[in-house]
Amino acid sequence: MLTLSPPPPAATPTRRPVLAPLGAEHSPEAALSIHDMTVAYHRKPVLWDVDLDVPPGSLVGIVGPNGAGKSTLIKAVLDLIPRVSGRVLVFGKPYRQQRHRVAYVPQRESVDWDFPVSALEVVAMGLYGRIGWFRPVTRRHREIALHALERVGIADLAHRQISQLSGGQQQRTFLARALVQEADLYLMDEPFAAVDAATEKAIVRLLQDLRAAGRTALVVHHDLQTVAEYFDRVVLLNLRVVASGLTETVFTRENLQKTYGGRLTLMTEAAEALARETPAP
Amino acid sequence: MSMMGDAISHAVLPGLAVAFLVTGSRASVPMFLGAAVVGVLTALFTEWVRGLGKVDEGASMGVVFTSLFALGLLLVVQAADHVDLDPGCVLYGAIELTPLDTVTLAGREVPRVVVMLGVVFLLNLTCVLVLYKELQISSFDPALATTLGINARGLHFLLMTLVAVTAVASFETVGNILVVAMLVVPAATAFLLTRRLSVLLVLAVGFGVGSAVVGHVAALAVPAAFGYASTNTAGMMALTSGVGLLVVMVVTLLRRGQPLRD
Repeated sequence: MLTLSPPPPAATPTRRPVLAPLGAEHSPEAALSIHDMTVAYHRKPVLWDVDLDVPPGSLVGIVGPNGAGKSTLIKAVLDLIPRVSGRVLVFGKPYRQQRHRVAYVPQRESVDWDFPVSALEVVAMGLYGRIGWFRPVTRRHREIALHALERVGIADLAHRQISQLSGGQQQRTFLARALVQEADLYLMDEPFAAVDAATEKAIVRLLQDLRAAGRTALVVHHDLQTVAEYFDRVVLLNLRVVASGLTETVFTRENLQKTYGGRLTLMTEAAEALARETPAP
Repeated sequence: MSMMGDAISHAVLPGLAVAFLVTGSRASVPMFLGAAVVGVLTALFTEWVRGLGKVDEGASMGVVFTSLFALGLLLVVQAADHVDLDPGCVLYGAIELTPLDTVTLAGREVPRVVVMLGVVFLLNLTCVLVLYKELQISSFDPALATTLGINARGLHFLLMTLVAVTAVASFETVGNILVVAMLVVPAATAFLLTRRLSVLLVLAVGFGVGSAVVGHVAALAVPAAFGYASTNTAGMMALTSGVGLLVVMVVTLLRRGQPLRD
């Protein structure tokens, strides 16, 4: 169940029983359960008191303005940046014990695409945890990697050096790398950023496949217009969790206004219209 | 990353000086220890300056290694008042004198530095072969490596330690200039020709060896051709590697119309 951090004044108490019956928070079955997490860079807090439960098998969009702490949330869950306080449980256990069940898709700009490796080699990296220290990558591993590239539709580019891939193809490579991890929880940082329409469709299909297989995905997303279409649940984030829950309940004009404040633009109007018109799944 | 090698090869100087001042000898073991410690410190300081000062990594490195290098020079000058630790030697080495200092290995007399550098070579080779995929992933995507349970930070420090140890082992013989040149230029040359890491590693070693051989011959032959005495070998090797890079660059440009990068 998704629960909210200290609810914004008068916002949710009446909805609460629908989203998360009192006393049912942090259920052990939650794919991801974040409790009172605060993160700071150089003593300046960038995430406050985040409280979040993600039920398994859901597609969750994380939405918020620039600097809201969306990437930070993911990185703090993965222990890539230290938490000041709070607890993170993945399927009921600390992340460190569940590492193998979590796959991470970082922002595309986070790596040097001139690095001398091929798409296939990048995908095979997803298997390194399973292969173990000191052991080489074998043909079987390369076959698994190739199969993952097939699933994202770029098997023919397997041996291309990664700088010779388009932005969309690079993103697909990253997704294929997450796929070979066979994880139960996927944390994706802006997978839709600057990709072509075909790639966007491919990613959406992939997310739906994952959900159909009972996997969970948390996706940082920047395009408000597609939130209602792509995600079952949404987390509205701006240093704090402004609201979170089922998309149709939480993705409202009021909540968006709270999240984006004055920065809310025409784009949101469109998103809102979409949210209203999209029938509940 | 190529800057980091450059930075460390300069920054190890105070480590050497301190090791020398403490032990009063130029024995290999304390020198290596001093270098390894400072190598790791360089990587640490660079991280701190970048994180705390919020400056770019290159700038942070520039601050750290020039400061450490300067400190090292001061210490060396201090030490050199007493003994033969020569600042000139540190810069361009004394490769010409290596055959004079020999040890006996398996019944044969070999230059001492050949044994020392041979050991360091085997150490590097072993690390690269055994930790190939770990070094690859933590260089390319340290965050992903960490989430897979591969200690990218630890590997970074291991790599920096290897660079420091290698630099120190080479310093005495070939001097700082050639160390810096060999850390960067052969790899950069190979990068113009291939986009496969394994091929790149082999090519880079090949270019390094090639520059050394050609540079050695050129140091003897080129000044002689103009009626001068032979010149500094290490300097000529470094220059040769630079010329090699230039040649490869021109050839690739002519053949492809553009560098491979695009």
